[in-house]
Amino acid sequence: MTEGPLARSSVGTELKPAQAVLLVAGRELNTKLRTRSFVLSTIVSVVVLAAFVLLQSSTFDDGGRSEVGLSGQATALGPQIVESAKQLGHRVEIVDIAEPAQGEQQVRDNDLDALVTGPVGSLQVTVKDTLNTELRNTLNGLMRQEILTSELAAADLDPKEVLGTAAAAQVTVKQLEPRGDDQGQRLVIGLIVAFLLYMALMIYGQMVAQGVVEEKSSRVVELLLATVRPWQLLAGKVLGLGLVGLIQFAIIGVVGVVAGLATGALTISGAAVGGMLAGLLWYLLGFFFYATIFAALGSLVSRQEDTQSVLTPVTMVIVIGFVFAINLLISNSDGALTTVMALLPPFSPILMPGLTALGLAPIWMQALAILLSLGGIALVAWLGGRIYRNAVLRTGSRVKLREAVSS
Amino acid sequence: MVPEAGLEIDHVSKRYGDVVALSDMTFEVRPGELFGFVGSNGAGKTTTMRIALGVLEADTGAVRWAGEPVTLSMRRRFGYMPEERGLYPKMKVLDQLVYLAKLHGLAANDAHRAADDWIVRLGLRERRLDEVQKLSLGNQQRVQLAAALVHNPEVLVLDEPFSGLDPVAVDVMSQVLKEKAAEGIPVVFSSHQLDLVQRLCDRVGIVNKGTMVACDTVEALRSSGASELVVHAPKAPAGWAASIPGVTVVSEQDGHTTLRINDDTDDQQVLRAALDTGPVHEFSRRRPSLAELFRNVVKEGQ
Repeated sequence: MTEGPLARSSVGTELKPAQAVLLVAGRELNTKLRTRSFVLSTIVSVVVLAAFVLLQSSTFDDGGRSEVGLSGQATALGPQIVESAKQLGHRVEIVDIAEPAQGEQQVRDNDLDALVTGPVGSLQVTVKDTLNTELRNTLNGLMRQEILTSELAAADLDPKEVLGTAAAAQVTVKQLEPRGDDQGQRLVIGLIVAFLLYMALMIYGQMVAQGVVEEKSSRVVELLLATVRPWQLLAGKVLGLGLVGLIQFAIIGVVGVVAGLATGALTISGAAVGGMLAGLLWYLLGFFFYATIFAALGSLVSRQEDTQSVLTPVTMVIVIGFVFAINLLISNSDGALTTVMALLPPFSPILMPGLTALGLAPIWMQALAILLSLGGIALVAWLGGRIYRNAVLRTGSRVKLREAVSS
Repeated sequence: MVPEAGLEIDHVSKRYGDVVALSDMTFEVRPGELFGFVGSNGAGKTTTMRIALGVLEADTGAVRWAGEPVTLSMRRRFGYMPEERGLYPKMKVLDQLVYLAKLHGLAANDAHRAADDWIVRLGLRERRLDEVQKLSLGNQQRVQLAAALVHNPEVLVLDEPFSGLDPVAVDVMSQVLKEKAAEGIPVVFSSHQLDLVQRLCDRVGIVNKGTMVACDTVEALRSSGASELVVHAPKAPAGWAASIPGVTVVSEQDGHTTLRINDDTDDQQVLRAALDTGPVHEFSRRRPSLAELFRNVVKEGQ
């Protein structure tokens, strides 16, 4: 066969460690990006997120809007109802109803949210089941004002003057910890980022373990270790699959932010982009931390069926972190426990992005958490590399963790 | 171009806990030599090969190539076929070989060309874009061989390359190994198929319990054992040879007699005795086969 002098001369080329790592990573990237499951899961995630954003934007609209029918004397109140409801953050559309009975039918048919009838001093409201709180407050206020006006007039005082003074009176609000009025959106961003991180760590972290077990169970690892060192193989695998996850995460994140801004569900582009970037950073930190642990644990078993059981303790930690994160975000807590949890390397990847999105993580806390995470990664890389090196060629029954660490 | 010193395994020992896997294993495979590595299961062949490839570390001793202790970058120029066959099951044949070639330091273009060459050479052209797991076992073995050769190695170490091969594939494999040796690279392989080893190899090493117990050319090994005489004298009565001094009867049936003679016994004297009984249709000196030598070695070791 062709014994090309070219091939012979190129064999001597020195392969630098970084090149070996990149080759391994390139293979992971190439194989995984082309799989149907990657394409499908990306599309499904994007569709789910877009649907969620759309739903969010339409529920925001619906919650703040009522259609109110006016009949008889109440017709005169139209502009006042719209105006005072607006101050409560509620949009009202007025429909004039000629016949109250006809209006009642419309309420029954959900064409109207409420029908207002009767004299201004004693308004009667007809609703299907419950009266919207904002609408109730609006109407109550208007009615009281009308009564007050007529009483004041009866007492021979100038209603305008008295009411003007009363209207000007306001409580003074002292904000101990002022927050933006966009807290709801920040919360949603925080929740989405925490959820995506949780999914990404679970899916891609376990993919690393499966990859390690695949190499071990197919025995190809012996062929590979005759040409690359164990740490290069491990680092390449973690890097390659990490990039696969990062690409998916970035696609989903960009689609989410763009969809949110386009539909108007998101009005705080800065916080959204910031949340996404924090998510990406913490994804990387969390991934390197967990993937290394997953890889080391994966190297202990020789069969794909045993992978889950050996990973369970670690996936439990991620689940606990996630549940904790969701609770913290929803209860908006910024107590000492949250701070401590958020600084611990196993939990910070899931907690920090949410806290950052909510504006609860000061700079010192973010910096400290990143430093501690980097330290955590260095520790698991050292320990994980050792376990992997000792266990990856030992096929057969499950290797005991203690033996893998000590031998 | 070809270095004078070959692959040296120099006093290598390895223990697994209390179990001694190798003790003082020593041999050399010279450039251009086809070296057969023979021994029972568990004798230490695989451990020796793994240590040569750096997959395992020796407790003591050294592995040298061309006079230098073997380093990782040197090992990249070794070709290896592990006993436990392994390839990525879901990777395409071509991709797999290209990837392995690159890991051995080939540039992308060279890797592609080499992978394609070996695919054609080993009759895998139709299968080049199939996943390895979809191939028949025999074809998977061919890919495995291609994986050992794709980077045009300067040393070949093959653990049981013939196991599980059909007769056609055995011929292909033998041909490739002979050619590689003819190119001047040291080729060492282990096998339980002793007739094959006897036919192919320039030199043979017999391993028992982690030590090399015999290591020489097939010829030398065979002539070192006691010779046997095969005599076919149809008219000869039973026990005709029993009285000849220096001769032991191994078997005797219907005029076919196998005799073992001492080194200093004159075989012509045996022939005369045979002729005295009547016609002699066959009279030949038979040297023990490698299989018989091997059996003796293992028996002695016990």
